[in-house]
Amino acid sequence: MTEIDFSTELMRAGAFAQGRRARLRFLVRRYPLGAAGAVIMALFVFAAIFADFLTVYDPLSTNPAISLAPPSTSHWLGVDPFGRDVYSRIIYGARISLAVGIGATLLGSGLGTMIGLASGYLGGWIDLALQRIMDILQALPLLVLALVMAAALGPSLQNTIAAIAIPLIPYVARVIRSNTLALRELPFVEAAKAVGMSELRIAVRHVLPNTLAPLIVLATAQLGSAILIEASLSFLGLGVPEPYPSWGRMLSQSSAEYVRTAPWLVVFPGIAISLAVFGTNLLGDALRDLLDPRQRS
Amino acid sequence: MGAYLARRLMLMILTLFGISIIIFVLLRIMPGNIVDILYDAAGYVNPQEKAKIEAELGLDKPIVVQYFTWISGLAHGDLGFSYVSERPAADEILPRIPVTAKLAGLSLAFAVLIGVPLGVLSAVRQNSAADYALRVLSLSGLSMPSFWLGLLILMAFVSWFGTIPIYTEPPPTWWQELALLSVPAAAVGFRSSALMMRLTRSSMLEVLRQDYIRTARAKGASDASVNYHHAFRNAILPVITVIGMEAAFLMGGLIVTETVFNVPGLARYLVTALTERDYPIVQNLVMFVATTVVLINFLVDMLYAVLDPRIKYARS
Repeated sequence: MTEIDFSTELMRAGAFAQGRRARLRFLVRRYPLGAAGAVIMALFVFAAIFADFLTVYDPLSTNPAISLAPPSTSHWLGVDPFGRDVYSRIIYGARISLAVGIGATLLGSGLGTMIGLASGYLGGWIDLALQRIMDILQALPLLVLALVMAAALGPSLQNTIAAIAIPLIPYVARVIRSNTLALRELPFVEAAKAVGMSELRIAVRHVLPNTLAPLIVLATAQLGSAILIEASLSFLGLGVPEPYPSWGRMLSQSSAEYVRTAPWLVVFPGIAISLAVFGTNLLGDALRDLLDPRQRS
Repeated sequence: MGAYLARRLMLMILTLFGISIIIFVLLRIMPGNIVDILYDAAGYVNPQEKAKIEAELGLDKPIVVQYFTWISGLAHGDLGFSYVSERPAADEILPRIPVTAKLAGLSLAFAVLIGVPLGVLSAVRQNSAADYALRVLSLSGLSMPSFWLGLLILMAFVSWFGTIPIYTEPPPTWWQELALLSVPAAAVGFRSSALMMRLTRSSMLEVLRQDYIRTARAKGASDASVNYHHAFRNAILPVITVIGMEAAFLMGGLIVTETVFNVPGLARYLVTALTERDYPIVQNLVMFVATTVVLINFLVDMLYAVLDPRIKYARS
């Protein structure tokens, strides 16, 4: 298997860093924004995993007595109309956002890679048919297709993941396809053929690993879109259902009417969404510069 | 060129045909139809009455028959009736088009007028403090959900004016309408402007690295002349593609923004119709969106051939 090659990039930058630590230090210095993105993402993953230890209140338990209480020392980010602690809901919301975001990205990128590989490597009528299906999926804006899919599948965590993953497929499939088309003509594929390898084996063992770098760059960018789409779907009431605390739905409950009376319900969940997506975007940009020099900005 | 156009047209029709099947099937696998929803609200179900209404709406017929009824109607310009308002679907959809079209146009203007100049600035001053600040700003623009930005704008309105803009009544003068619509347009356009800025920047940098730019500098052309005369005119080409794609894809941002601001446009109507299981409205709205996307993509490709003489669509 080919490994992703950082070394050329590192050499070019004049770093002959030996050992992991030195390399990490070099990467942080060369891509400060990317490192910041990685830290932000790590914080969200940390919050999602250790939500039980980071919060005092249960994110679901209601308490009408303190309904709409503003931020205070006991409830840092205030209380929602049902008396639920906003801080706890945001911390637990990280689980939902990341679960849906990562789930949809993996599913969408996985299916997209398979389709792109089949399309680019096999060519012929399979390519033609798959490309037309991708055309159809791309003729609707991401959110419109995800919205109709989510409504059709019905509200549940798994269905939300599927509804977001399917519209993402063509974007991955197209990149993998064009990469595969270029790789197919290279000598190492010819060599593998000459040795008598089967087509499937060549595609999976030789072509696929070489598309890994653009795939990682793409998947990071899609993680951001997936988190945004989940928030939008939940905001519109067609995403993750109750009782899961979702950032998007926290905003829908607290929309326009609370803008006046309880701004903390509007401000904090939005910061959580923006920060999470900002983290993936920073990380994605740095990864693109590092792994995919052709697309460098 | 003629052969290319014919091929392109055929593909467009094929795509739209595919969309019509997908949307139709998705709506039919949706849990519960309009009748279920009406009866859920009433809390009482008389099976005979329910079957009667379903028969009236044609929901009892096989799905293939339902599909052909819709498509042949569409081909004759008959969009059917809304299940909810019982008015012709065309009468419900058409009046909402101008609102959304104006909003989309304003958002796009906002995005281009802010994004393109800032992108050029960022590229020309690469790695300066201004460049870093603009890059972080554009990334944060891409990270903010437009409905949240919309809510923040509403909050600002409340604290400055003590009230929020109302969209249900059309304002008396065109400039009042413009002022009113520019508020949600800013919320949608900010995100697109961030995208335009990033694209303009990378496209500009790409061009600025090329040999003919060095030649221009060597012959003594001024910085301004090189940047705007030589570089910008070539760098803008890929940006035009993205402007076209954004124009088509603005619908996504408009869905949430029209909902936040309560704008009576197409995008919000799609969400309402979807939750009410108003099949004829959803089907036709989705077809309208898809047709717009496909047409704009086509127009952008054509424009590209006009603007860039290197591109010829003989056979591709």
